[in-house]
Amino acid sequence: MRLLIGTLFTLVIAAIVGLGATYLALSHDTSFGAMTIGRWTAYPKTGTTDIDPYARALLARTGRLPIALGDGVAFIARTDDKGRPLDGRCNVMLSGVTPAARFWTLTLYAVNGELAPNSVHRHGFTSQEIVRRADGSFSVVVAPRAQPGNWLPTGGIERYILALRFYDTSVGVATKEGREVPMPAIATRSCP
Amino acid sequence: MIRWLLLLLGGVLLGGIVHLATIFILPRTATQDAYSRLTPIAPVNKVVPLPEPTPEKAMMPFMDPAFAEAVCRYDLTQGPLKLSVPLSTAYTSVSFYTNEDVAYYAINDRAAGRGAIVLDLMTPEQHSEMPENENITAADRLIVESPSLTGLIAIRALAPEPGLMPAAQHAVAAARCKKTEEAKASN
Repeated sequence: MRLLIGTLFTLVIAAIVGLGATYLALSHDTSFGAMTIGRWTAYPKTGTTDIDPYARALLARTGRLPIALGDGVAFIARTDDKGRPLDGRCNVMLSGVTPAARFWTLTLYAVNGELAPNSVHRHGFTSQEIVRRADGSFSVVVAPRAQPGNWLPTGGIERYILALRFYDTSVGVATKEGREVPMPAIATRSCP
Repeated sequence: MIRWLLLLLGGVLLGGIVHLATIFILPRTATQDAYSRLTPIAPVNKVVPLPEPTPEKAMMPFMDPAFAEAVCRYDLTQGPLKLSVPLSTAYTSVSFYTNEDVAYYAINDRAAGRGAIVLDLMTPEQHSEMPENENITAADRLIVESPSLTGLIAIRALAPEPGLMPAAQHAVAAARCKKTEEAKASN
């Protein structure tokens, strides 16, 4: 009887620890080889055959197709520069320059990867659509209500994710973080 | 007391094995991964344009709405495949994935010539079986080796502004993926 209870106890612990760890790893986007610049994170290796098992499990679970490294690289931001989660009811300012690439796109997603509904059907910008300052830098206001300049509507959702994708770029696995990959700053300006 | 601590330790160690096993098995058993999602709408060896992602409906999460996209779900058991993609005005790329969604190759319009990306997709075995003389005349041909017999080709064209989306959609819809023999016969 003691043996039976002991075995059951061990198996229950194993199930809780094992499945719990898997659940946590997959719900927190845990992959190796992250490249983080400011609040922007990319996983260039996920777009190659060197993809790690955690990233593969994550792809299988979410159903997304990674950008192949020869095509481009995708950076994701979930918080502003102060670590505050991106809130669709606030005005958030994106400003600065981007690393060299033939094209880039900026897209706003709900946390689950769906596009956020809004009245003007705008979900992002491409590098050709953006209005820049004389020095080549730009700023985008991510806000629930219309703003002058480059306005990216949030539709008022509570949490969102920004994706900045660079196409035909030298940014990749061998890129060193720092001056050669300048990423736009993210600042929350005002909240209701 | 010590007995229970040992059992707990044993449980945690066993849990580690369970964790690793589930992480490795998951991609093999997934039913909601990109390849499985596209299987019902994409017949084998045929280019199928994907509907534009909208907030209500998208084939996959995190699709880039600035791109027109088409897929060809391929099967090389019957022989190599010939892929041709006409270039759109801005940026066109072709990415190759195995049936487990691992990206193994990608090419963009910069590497293509004469207004189209044209390449042959085959397994390493089919590549080595290619006749010698054909291999020489094929020196200027682009050959991609697929590590798996089945997989996905994603064809993407950028619409730099929304007004150019119809042109980009037109370009990806005009892409062709066919068995090499059939492509030869129709030429």
